[in-house]
Amino acid sequence: MTTTEDGILIRTTINGDPTTFLASQRDSLLEALRERLNMTGSKEGCNNGNCGACSVLLDGRLVNSCLVLAAEVEGARVDTIEGMAEGEQLHPLQRAFLEEAALQCGICTPGFLVASRALLAENPRPTEEEARFWLAGNLCRCTGYDKIIRAVLKAAGEMDGKR
Amino acid sequence: MQAVRYARASSVDEAITMLREGGETARVLAGGTDVIVQARERRRHIDLFVDIKHIPELMSLTLDAGGGLTVGAATPLYRVYGDAEVTRRFSALAESTHVIGGTAIQGRASLGGNLANASPAADSIPAMIALGAVARVAGPAGPREVSVADFCTGPGRNVLQPGEFITSIHFPARPAGSGSAWERFIPRNEMDIAVVNAAVSLTLAGDVVTEARFSLGAVAPIPLSVPTAAEALVGRPLTDATIAAADEAAKAAATPISDMRGTIRQRKHLSAVLTERVIRRAVERARA
Ligand SMILES: Cc1cc2nc3c(=O)[nH]c(=O)nc-3n(C[C@H](O)[C@H](O)[C@H](O)COP(=O)(O)OP(=O)(O)OC[C@H]3O[C@@H](n4cnc5c(N)ncnc54)[C@H](O)[C@@H]3O)c2cc1C
Ligand code: FES
Ligand code: FES
Repeated sequence: MTTTEDGILIRTTINGDPTTFLASQRDSLLEALRERLNMTGSKEGCNNGNCGACSVLLDGRLVNSCLVLAAEVEGARVDTIEGMAEGEQLHPLQRAFLEEAALQCGICTPGFLVASRALLAENPRPTEEEARFWLAGNLCRCTGYDKIIRAVLKAAGEMDGKR
Repeated sequence: MQAVRYARASSVDEAITMLREGGETARVLAGGTDVIVQARERRRHIDLFVDIKHIPELMSLTLDAGGGLTVGAATPLYRVYGDAEVTRRFSALAESTHVIGGTAIQGRASLGGNLANASPAADSIPAMIALGAVARVAGPAGPREVSVADFCTGPGRNVLQPGEFITSIHFPARPAGSGSAWERFIPRNEMDIAVVNAAVSLTLAGDVVTEARFSLGAVAPIPLSVPTAAEALVGRPLTDATIAAADEAAKAAATPISDMRGTIRQRKHLSAVLTERVIRRAVERARA
């Protein structure tokens, strides 16, 4: 981390790419992603840790990027929704969300996808209850959750089947 | 958010220096799940965050040969409940940390932050009190230990002096025949602030309770120790009557307020109900 006149230079790795960006010391990671790096996939729902729309992985761990300072990611690995599809190839979770109609307005979707991916990395075949418990920090005002859970379990089955 | 500086400490001594130089408006930054929200809402005036997560001992979790547990103050909660030995031997701690916020909060939030933030409803504090935990503190005047039961002095206030911070929480070894449990009441299934929370740790010799420690949260300005509930059980055989006496003692010790989350009457009632539940669960574990 280097302090300059315009702020601080932060060196990090985002979705596998070494990235250096300028931020102010008070920026949250969410603000830095959206406003400095133009990565607007992570959403701001509440800005206080309650909704999960800003979910990202920090060194492989699911966190709310609105509750991380940009300066904290110096030297760390950040994974966002932008890194989930491989080119045109959607991630199985993304496909399952489309197939199961697990979204309406879509504001919560990037957060659910990132959080679900973290779930399946740790627990490839979650029960419905485990999936609901893991995703309790992600809020959706549109779907009523059932379709989201169905999509997550479907993707889990597909991904685990291919292992 | 206000214009705040960020500094990363790599050792306990460096953190002490940074906090001293930062003065009154410097704050320790652990998981940030309380303090970043407070800074953003300008509920606290903060000029400097001292990040303690790059100090290795603050991010540790160690079970020593004697059976004691030491958790680095900034160790994220998922590592606490994710440890099978912690779950088995320090069940109350595992139960409380597993429901603090959701997965993303648990990826960052720490025991040190939950304790230092000193919310009357903080979920891990009653578990720590019941398990007899001690906070190890570093500061300009040298290290010291403070029992978690004596740590909070009022809502959002604690015993820490300027420049001091918690380095770890130490849990003494569990005697044979011990069990512990923690439970809270919230109107939702997850992600809510406790209306009441309760914890107990007890030790059995046959049917007789030889040791017990109780704690209740959200029923007073600070998380409470409830020695009167322990007195109702210790030295007595475990019966429905002695358990009921402990429940009544917990209810009597609770001095809650009525607010948007619950009334005095409901909180007193819950103090007894939750105390009964944690006793029964802890007993099952002690016998297992
Ligand atoms: C959505 C959401 C849900 C939540 N749900 C719960 C819940 O269910 N139950 C619950 O109890 N809490 C809950 N919280 C509150 C919070 O997550 C916990 O209190 C958490 O344990 C705080 O830890 P932290 O590491 O994030 O602390 P921080 O925010 O980093 O720090 C909190 C305070 O403690 C100080 N501090 C931190 N570490 C130390 C240290 N080692 N020494 C001295 N001072 C220190 C900081 O300066 C600050 O004043 C929730 C918060 C959010 C945003
Ligand atoms: S915007 Fe971060 S949790 Fe809602
Ligand atoms: S789809 Fe609209 S909030 Fe979830």
